[in-house]
Amino acid sequence: MANEEFPLKKVCIICAKGTLEDVYAALIMGNGAVMEGIETKLFFTFFGLDAITTKTMNSLHTGVTGNPSMRMPGGLPFPTLLGVIPGVEAGVSAMMRNQINKADIPPVKEFLEMIDAGGGEVFACKLGMDMFKLKREDLWEGVKEVLTVGQFYEKCGGLQTQIIFT
Amino acid sequence: MAKKTISGVTVDVNEEGYFTNPAQWNKEMAVEIAKEEGIHLTEKHVAILVFLRERFAKGEALTIRSVGNSGLVDIKGFYGLFPGAPMKKAAKIAGIPKPASCI
Repeated sequence: MANEEFPLKKVCIICAKGTLEDVYAALIMGNGAVMEGIETKLFFTFFGLDAITTKTMNSLHTGVTGNPSMRMPGGLPFPTLLGVIPGVEAGVSAMMRNQINKADIPPVKEFLEMIDAGGGEVFACKLGMDMFKLKREDLWEGVKEVLTVGQFYEKCGGLQTQIIFT
Repeated sequence: MAKKTISGVTVDVNEEGYFTNPAQWNKEMAVEIAKEEGIHLTEKHVAILVFLRERFAKGEALTIRSVGNSGLVDIKGFYGLFPGAPMKKAAKIAGIPKPASCI
C-alpha cells in the first residue's frame, strides 16, 4: 500500500492567522507530526506572528464576530452583534483558553517548547516582520531563524514532504 | 486478534504489536520488545513505562505533556530515551494499547 511504502517524512506548516483557533490548529498539527517522528517545520507569517511574539503569544483571541460556528455556553447561537460589545471578545477568549487547558492542551508558549523539545523547528517570516515592525528580540527565544519565503521553500524540499497551510 | 511469543510467553497483541491485555506484560518482556525497537532498556526507561501503565490503568490520557510533568523526565529527555515516536514506542514496550491522544 502506498501509505506504508511512502510514509510522510516531513511536514512544513504555514500559519498566517493569529486567532486562537488558527494558531492552535497549526500547533496541534505540528506537535502531532513531531510525536510521530516526522520532521516538522513551522513558518509563522502575517498575523500568525502573534503566536511567536513574546508579548502576544499567551493572550491570543478568538474571533467573535462573523464566526457562524460560535456558540453560547449551552449551545445556543452566539449573536454576532454581541461580539462588538467591549470586553465580550476578551471574555470569550478567556473561556476558550480555559477549555483548551481543560483538554490538557498547553498554552501557546509551552506548546512551542514541546515542539522544540521534540526537534521541531519554528521560523518567522521576514516580510511579515518588516511589515509589523517586529525585531528578532520581540520574538520567542526558540524561533530558529527569520526567513524569506524562498529560504523557507528551500527547507521544504525532499520526497514524502507536505506543505500545510492552516 | 494476533498472538506473539515474547520471552517464551504467548501474549495477545493487535496487528501492530501493541498488547491488548496489559496484565500479560512483565519487565522481561519489556526488555525484549525494546530490543526489537532498537532501545536498550535502562532504569530510567522502566520508570517511564511504569508511569504510563499506571496512567493507563486509571483511564487517564497518555500525552507527551503528562510525561513531561511526571517529574521523571523532561520532554526532550523523553524524545531522547524513545527516539522517533516516543509515546507510541513507550506504549508498545509498556504493554499497553496504542495511545489515542493527539497531543
